[in-house]
Formats: sequence, structure tokens, C-alpha cells
Amino acid sequence: MSESLSSIFVGTLLANNFVLAMFLGLCPFLGVSARLNTALPMGAATTFVMVVASLCAFALNWLVTQFHMEFLRLISYIVIIASAVQLVEMFLKKNSPTLFRALGIYLPLITTNCAVLGVALFQTAREYNFLQALTFATAGGAGFTLALLLMAGLRERLNFSTVPKVVQGTALSLMLAGLLSLAFMGFAGLGAGE
Amino acid sequence: MIPGQKNPTNMEEFLEGIWKQNPVFVMVLGMCPTLAVTVSAMNAVSMGLATTFVLVASCLLISLMRNIIPKEVRIATYILIIATFVTVVDYLIQAISLAVYDALGAFIQLIVVNCIILGRAEAHASKTPPVKAVINAVGMGLGFTIGLLALGGVREIFGAGKLFGFSLFGPDFQPWVVMVLPPGGFFVLGAWLLLFNWIDSRKAVKSPLPLGEG
Repeated sequence: MSESLSSIFVGTLLANNFVLAMFLGLCPFLGVSARLNTALPMGAATTFVMVVASLCAFALNWLVTQFHMEFLRLISYIVIIASAVQLVEMFLKKNSPTLFRALGIYLPLITTNCAVLGVALFQTAREYNFLQALTFATAGGAGFTLALLLMAGLRERLNFSTVPKVVQGTALSLMLAGLLSLAFMGFAGLGAGE
Repeated sequence: MIPGQKNPTNMEEFLEGIWKQNPVFVMVLGMCPTLAVTVSAMNAVSMGLATTFVLVASCLLISLMRNIIPKEVRIATYILIIATFVTVVDYLIQAISLAVYDALGAFIQLIVVNCIILGRAEAHASKTPPVKAVINAVGMGLGFTIGLLALGGVREIFGAGKLFGFSLFGPDFQPWVVMVLPPGGFFVLGAWLLLFNWIDSRKAVKSPLPLGEG
């Protein structure tokens, strides 16, 4: 693979945005995007886990291939991600208890955030080298944060408008996400493709 | 499980996942694969069946081992069990049909992080004897497959004018391309939820439920 780093970055951040174009990490996207002030830390925490997971996955993939045990790849990835999440959780609990409480159940759920495992799996499937993988993970996390922030902004504004009862809740969030996704389609063709 | 109901019958366990607690439409869980792979009915069914297999197999194993798994490491154990079965499914699909494998791509391996499976393991299989756990898991899996089919069918009909690859409207059909693109997934699921909300609100108007139900 000879994609340039900048094309990977732009492509993953905008054209193939993890949330809006590849449907990864939708649970936290719909769950914690109600307020702007929790959206940013959540995005940052997820990005951190993504980068750590990506680095570990890169090393693990090399190890697993070395010993010809490819069938263990998925299992080892998930263990690494779970440990990384545990690390972030302990760090936040000690340094920012308020934030820890605000994120609540969604923090341990980063383990089951498809975006994190997605980074590890896609970088393996596309055979990225070390720097490419690092760029990919950072851009993926930034894209996730961007989508989360946009959505939170929209939903905060929405609180001030009257919405028919039938539409309230998840249905409305999904429609909003659809419109955002439609807007992001405009970036198609930028940067690295599929 | 429905609180207040101590011993649901097998039939109730089975139907819970299909209707009352449908993972796609009621609980809105496991969204990522739901939206990503449902560009056609065929993909939707393959994904649904793969998820059902993992769900049933891991629920059975977890239910059998529920008394020997230490409480502190239960989540990690569940994830390892689930990851094992997903690896099995991954190789299985690759062996059966390479076309389906290519179409689903990384989303087969992403079944590991499908919240439905971990949710069922934690909330149900870890507290229920094997037979009931399996029945419940089969119901959930079928409910998930039906949900995926409802999305994939609609998206394929509008977006490509086909259903399971058969042309429906003849050659003059102008496909509504946005339906098979990412935004279409959000729109169709949103529309289904709207429909169910509307049906619910109509029901509530016609016959107000007594307190404590619903």
C-alpha cells in the first residue's frame, strides 16, 4: 500500500468518516451526544483508546503472523482494547471524578465500541505500515470526535424547538444523523478511498 | 427480562426477542452492523444468521459455565467466549461463500463488539439454565435477523429496484441511489422507528393501558 499519510488522514477524517460513512461507533454517537460538554471528553477518550489500540494491534499482528497463529488475532485484539479502556478509566477516575461520572456507563462501553476494534481490523486488512496505522487511528478518532460534536451541537439547538411527540427520541436522532451523513457525502473522493 | 414475571414460559422467552424486546426496533442495539451491511436483503440475512449463531453458541456456553465464572472477571470471560465463536463464524463463512465474505468484510469480525450479544450474556444467559437461555437467544437472533431484513429489503427495493437480486420493476426503473448509500441507512431505520412510534401512540389513544403495564 502506498497511500500518502495526508491522504489517509483527510480521507478517514472526512470522506470515510467512521461514524457517518462507515457506521462505526454508533452506540456512543447516539448515547452521549446530547450535550456538548460531555461530547468532547468522550471523543478525546475514544481517540486515545483508538491510538493505543492501534499501536498494540500493530505489534500484535506482527507477533501473530510471526508464529502463524492468525486465528488468535481477533481474540488478542479484543483483550488489548479492554486493557486500554481499563487504563483510561482508572486515569479519569483519579484525575477527574466529575467527568468520570458524567460519562457513566459509556466509558467501559468503549471496549465494545466498534470504531476501536474497527481501526485495528481495517489497518490489518489494508496492510498499513506503522506510520500509516498511526495516522489512520488519529484521523479515525478525530473524525469520531467531529461527528460527536456536530451531533451534540444540533441536539442542543433542538431542545429549544417543539417537536411532535411521535418523532421524539431515537427516530429524530437517526434522521439528524442521516442529514449529517448526507452532508459528509459531499467530501466523497477526497483522500484515500476504500 | 420483564420485571415482575418470575418464570416466563419457553414460548414467552422465544417471543421476547422477536417482538417485545426486538433488538433492532425496540432496544436499538447493535446499530453498527445493522446499518452498514443492510444494503441488500441477502447481506442482511447472512449477517443476521451469523450473529444468531454466535449469540446462541455463546449464550449456551456461558449458561453452562455460569456457576464457575468468577464474578470479577465475568465480562472479560464473556468477551473471550464471544470472540472465539466469532472467529469460528469468520472462517465458516469464508469456507461456505467467498462472495458473502467479501460483501460483509470486517463486519463479520465486528460481531464481537455487537452490544446485543454481550447484553444478552450479562443480562440473561448468566442467570438462566441452558435450555431457556438458548431459546431466548434463538428468539433474539431471529428478531435481529428480521430487523436487518426489514432494513435491507427496503433499501434494496428502493436503491436498486431488486429484492434478493431479482429485478422487481423492470429495466426502466430509476434507482433511488441514496438508499444504498450511508445516509439511506439512517433514514430507513429512522422511518421504521417512526412507524412503530406512530402505531404505539395510536394504540395508546385507543385503549389507555392500565398502570404498571407496557
